Amino acid sequence: MEIVMAFVCGFLFMAAIYLILSKSLLRIIIGTGLLSHGAHLLILTMGSFKGSAPPVLSDGVTDYVDPLPQALILTAIVISFGVTAFFLVLAYRAYQEIKTDDMTLMKGSEDNE
Amino acid sequence: MKTNDVIMQFTAKIVFFIIFFYAVHIFFAGHYTPGGGFVGGLVTASAIVLLIIAFDLKTVQSILPINYIYLVACGLIISLGTAAFSMFVDKPFFTHFFDYFNLPILGKTSLHTAALFDLGVYLVVVGVTMTIIQTIGEDE
Amino acid sequence: MNNFLLLPIIIPFFFGMLLMFGQKKIAYQRITTLLGLVISILCAFGLVANVYENGPQIVTLGNWPAPFGITMVSDMVSALLVLTTLILTFFIVWYGFESIKKEREQFFYYPAVMFIIVGVNGAFTTGDIFNLFVFFEVLLMASYLLIVLGGEKAQLRESIKYILVNVISSAFFVITVAFLYSVVGTLNMADISQKITEINQPGILTVIAILFLLVFGMKAAIFPLYFWLPGAYSAPPVPVLALFGALLTKVGVYAITRTYTLFFTQEVAFTHELLLILSILTIVAGCIGALAHFDVKQIIIYNIVIAVGVILFGVAQMNEAGLEGAMFYLIHDMVIKAALFMLIGIVIYVTGTTNLRKMGGLMKTYPALGWFYLIAALGLAGVPPLSGFIGKLLIVQGGFEAGNIWTSVFILASSIVVLLSVMRIFIYAFWGEQGQLATNVEKKKYNRLFFPTMLLVVVSIFYGIGTEWLTPFIKQAANVLMDPSIYIDAVMKGGE
Repeated sequence: MEIVMAFVCGFLFMAAIYLILSKSLLRIIIGTGLLSHGAHLLILTMGSFKGSAPPVLSDGVTDYVDPLPQALILTAIVISFGVTAFFLVLAYRAYQEIKTDDMTLMKGSEDNE
Repeated sequence: MKTNDVIMQFTAKIVFFIIFFYAVHIFFAGHYTPGGGFVGGLVTASAIVLLIIAFDLKTVQSILPINYIYLVACGLIISLGTAAFSMFVDKPFFTHFFDYFNLPILGKTSLHTAALFDLGVYLVVVGVTMTIIQTIGEDE
Repeated sequence: MNNFLLLPIIIPFFFGMLLMFGQKKIAYQRITTLLGLVISILCAFGLVANVYENGPQIVTLGNWPAPFGITMVSDMVSALLVLTTLILTFFIVWYGFESIKKEREQFFYYPAVMFIIVGVNGAFTTGDIFNLFVFFEVLLMASYLLIVLGGEKAQLRESIKYILVNVISSAFFVITVAFLYSVVGTLNMADISQKITEINQPGILTVIAILFLLVFGMKAAIFPLYFWLPGAYSAPPVPVLALFGALLTKVGVYAITRTYTLFFTQEVAFTHELLLILSILTIVAGCIGALAHFDVKQIIIYNIVIAVGVILFGVAQMNEAGLEGAMFYLIHDMVIKAALFMLIGIVIYVTGTTNLRKMGGLMKTYPALGWFYLIAALGLAGVPPLSGFIGKLLIVQGGFEAGNIWTSVFILASSIVVLLSVMRIFIYAFWGEQGQLATNVEKKKYNRLFFPTMLLVVVSIFYGIGTEWLTPFIKQAANVLMDPSIYIDAVMKGGE
């Protein structure tokens, strides 16, 4: 299971890097989303897959999964949700203002203000 | 082009309430089972988004005259207030309290201050999501 | 258990929420912000006194015992940094009344400032590695808002890159925490430190150490990862720039310091050597940038990079003098960078340009500005008895004690470059023929900008002269960094 997950994480990272390196701003944002998904999956994997019952307190259950990675993922998902949403709004505003979503045209220097 | 979306609008009015009450259900279910303020908030926001799709932003704003920024602030205040309450009774920050009560209709119910905290989260999520959607949707 | 240490985090948070109401009422916004900051500063003073007398203060959130719940730890390092942060923010906000535009003040400028302090103070205080990530995100979210506030073209363009860099570094942070969790099975920083000594698995831990260096280095702007800083920091207005320059990179520096003194003390020969080399390269890169530019903002921005290098050089020594010097220099640099950015802001305001070549002769028209700039510049370079001196002296002493003779000499030599880079501004802007002057300079506005700046420079002078009285505090801070067992004991016993 860990091996499979390692490949899935790796694939997500690969796709994320491919998208982040592209020119279009929207693709870059999708790429950051994939990157954080990969990271979340990695937390889940790193928490190991021992245990089968959900980590909810009830009598007689000893074989429950580690609740901590799940809590971490939840927090990380909320944060990446917020950041992605902000990023999308910003990209939209930037598109309106600069009239392009091409990153190569957004190089910063005084002469192309 | 003006489309006639009577069916859409009529359905949206009903489905809005279904989604909204489902969100409330998820919110309270989150106490011991999957669910909670964050998911509930997102579902509620999606219900409002459905209304926006069916009608338009202005109409929805007149139906729900809420300043979503204030909603975020209220949510944060509720959350922080719940967390900070324990400071006044000399317990560490964020300590929650719970007990079982016999309520008139519901019977024996466990009441937990974490639910109040979750209410804050719910409001924040609805507020933030709607603010973002409004910001993008406002200027066509 | 002592909730008091949370007040410098909760109070700005609470006031930040209050500020989200009444966006259009500027007077309300300003007064509430200042009130919140003053109350927080008083609490921070109390906290420093408390920590000084009773050692590190602990609170475990939600009353969960120490290694399981989130612990907030306020030792001398974090208490001092929290206090410095709040004082600086007070002055910067005061300064910003005149130079932040009205549209920004009406659009969440003050709440964002408050939330950025929540994030910074939280990051300084937390004792849980994942909680550190959360506070990083809080301060980053607030900084995203601040950097883009106003919506000018350059701001939008630069903020996209800034956010992208930080999103990627956050993803790396999550990945690193995941790796660390799989190795030690805990998130509590004190517990991690204990477990790391027990398991003795240096190979993977060195990888994690380097990953942490990558993550925090991206925020702290160390050598190969500082590329985003000059562009991103040149976009926002001066008060925001001062806030960023004084606080944000320093949070990264603090995080590196904390992790490299608390966790990764096993393979010092590799990790700390790498840190040392990177810090030297950081200084070189910063020096080149600071000398190459004729834009006053850029010169000071590159000086941030140099200072980061100097502080991390002190940390890399891992001895008493080096860490004490790093602490001294860290606080000095926060104060002096804020002061310098504020002074530069005034220079830009009175000349109407950021280009040094167009300036000149300000000494005749604004003598006070010139003299205070000179003091701040000398303080930055570390001329005794000003504030930078003692820190740099101790860092270099630490370097000599650790046997890094040449690199320490290099640090000393870099001071001259720092001095040269800031003196260039002095020479070009204040001496010589009368250069460009802005036409619409109001004397009143100038005075209102100058007053908080002057006070902050005076604070930095006292920081230099008052070294004698500050030494016990800094010594205690360096002790905690030097000897992790103080920190660990406090956390593990503090849960009861």
